[in-house]
Amino acid sequence: MTVDLAHYLAVSGIIFGIGVAIALSKRNVVAVLMGIELMLNASNLAFLAFSRFSGAFQDGTEPLAGHTFVVFVLTVAAAEAAVALAMAVLIYRRRETVDLDRISVLRW
Amino acid sequence: MTGWEQVYHIGPAVTLLGGAGVVLLADMILPRGRAPFALLTLLVLALAAGWAIWHANTGTTGPSFDGAVVTDRFALFFIFLFIAATAAVTIASTDWVKKLDLSAEYYALLLVAAGSMSLLVQGNDLILIFVALETTALVQYVLVGLTRRDRSAEAGIKYLISGAVAAGLMIYGFAFLFGTTGATSLDGIASFVQAGHEEARLPLTLGFVLVAAGFGFKMALVPFHGWAPDVYQGGPTPIISFLSVASKAGGFAIALRLFYTGLGGSETFISEDWAMMFGVLAVASMLFGNIAALVQTDLRRLLGYSSIAQAGNIAIGLAAVSTGSTLGPSGVMFFLATYVATNLGAFFAVIAISQRIGSYEIGDYAGLIRRSPMLAAILMLCLLSLTGIPPTAGFIAKIYIFNSAVQAGEQWLIVLVAVAVVNTAVSAYYYLRLARTMIVDDAKDEMTFRPTLSMQVVLVFAAVTVIFVGLVPAPLISAAQRAAETLQIQ
Repeated sequence: MTVDLAHYLAVSGIIFGIGVAIALSKRNVVAVLMGIELMLNASNLAFLAFSRFSGAFQDGTEPLAGHTFVVFVLTVAAAEAAVALAMAVLIYRRRETVDLDRISVLRW
Repeated sequence: MTGWEQVYHIGPAVTLLGGAGVVLLADMILPRGRAPFALLTLLVLALAAGWAIWHANTGTTGPSFDGAVVTDRFALFFIFLFIAATAAVTIASTDWVKKLDLSAEYYALLLVAAGSMSLLVQGNDLILIFVALETTALVQYVLVGLTRRDRSAEAGIKYLISGAVAAGLMIYGFAFLFGTTGATSLDGIASFVQAGHEEARLPLTLGFVLVAAGFGFKMALVPFHGWAPDVYQGGPTPIISFLSVASKAGGFAIALRLFYTGLGGSETFISEDWAMMFGVLAVASMLFGNIAALVQTDLRRLLGYSSIAQAGNIAIGLAAVSTGSTLGPSGVMFFLATYVATNLGAFFAVIAISQRIGSYEIGDYAGLIRRSPMLAAILMLCLLSLTGIPPTAGFIAKIYIFNSAVQAGEQWLIVLVAVAVVNTAVSAYYYLRLARTMIVDDAKDEMTFRPTLSMQVVLVFAAVTVIFVGLVPAPLISAAQRAAETLQIQ
């Protein structure tokens, strides 16, 4: 059996689903961020798979754009994590919790 | 065209981003608390505007950076809009900034937001669009949490988490658009879609639905609206006034670019699908936003729900694709331009009033017309414009965008317009109830007050724009139409 595009996409889809489930169900800010990170990495896997196996519906040379995209997604994910953790620390200093249900002076 | 010549094409964005660096540098060099940051920011904005005007006049337009960036009237229209909004917010927030210990950072972040949004509307490649969109978003999260007070930080983290989830969905959608079409440039995607690959309908649909989630978050469309009321209530109000117009304009601009240029305009097998999707989102946003706004007592939350409902109105223009004309896109652009003036006017009036009475409760606005006639009158004018009552700009914008949907001639679009008209009547209730409170009810406190000079300048400017565009809409409409023409695939 050869591993082809469909297998990569299946794995990527499963990881993405797990990421969405974590991001929507967990109440701890840090856990939610982990879920978001999973979502982004699932996208990276999909990009790389599509890039490696070229367009699913189009012949052509291996488009390198997918590889390029992954580099940018990684960079943005790092920047996002930095801002998010800074805010989590700020909240923790004031309230001694990072539980989203208890950060609720404002109604959700 | 090679090298430095290409940099001219992203001149406005480079000026704004470089200007942010200059502001931070000035903070380090000049003595603490003495630096004229607001003036410096306005100077940078003026330079960027000048550059954009030069582009518009000399016609130095077209693609650059191997087609990743495109300079056209569409991009310039939105760049002018962002610069105007940023300048207005800069002037209006000069009093508020005095209480802030991070004033240089505030102005720098505003400039970065304006710069990355300028790059966003010039983006013609998924990679550039993604990076510009995320840069804008990150800056906005920080801005919302900037005062580091309890509520500001809470609003910031809520905004960030919902934004990051939306971005995750969007990037997965980009992966599918790229995987299906084998291209990241919008031109490449367009040529794939126009070739009529019907067999690729499913992955393409998956892709654009996920992308719409990311853009819908920016525009505050239901079901991606969850952040809006909380952030509007918790964030610092001058910053929210910027978010409420700039984020929405950026989201709609890039949606127009991606869906009209990227997904091949109105003639492809897929356009009916995404037009329907925006129609559904529009109805959901209008119904939810207006009904939720009816029961609000906090003015900022009311404006938050109102912005969701207004996003629904604007999305009608995205749904009205099947005309093959520029009516839909130009309707979106015209509506956004009037919305910037109207919503900024309303927000600035609320800021000026609340600085004096120290409350955002609607009940505390009673009898305001006798306490501060100017502020009450301008707030009422903006509320009339948000409702869509002549002779204001909001009236023309609503008629124009409804007309674009009716002209498309499809049954479901006419139903959509009918829903929108009913919703306008519902929205009149809560907008005009506030106006009634200000005129009829007795004031608890009779002390009169006036806004500061800088606030007066922007308030009068916003009010004059709202009335002028309401009476003489033709110049702005023709500008929007000419800009929308460049959006069509040649």
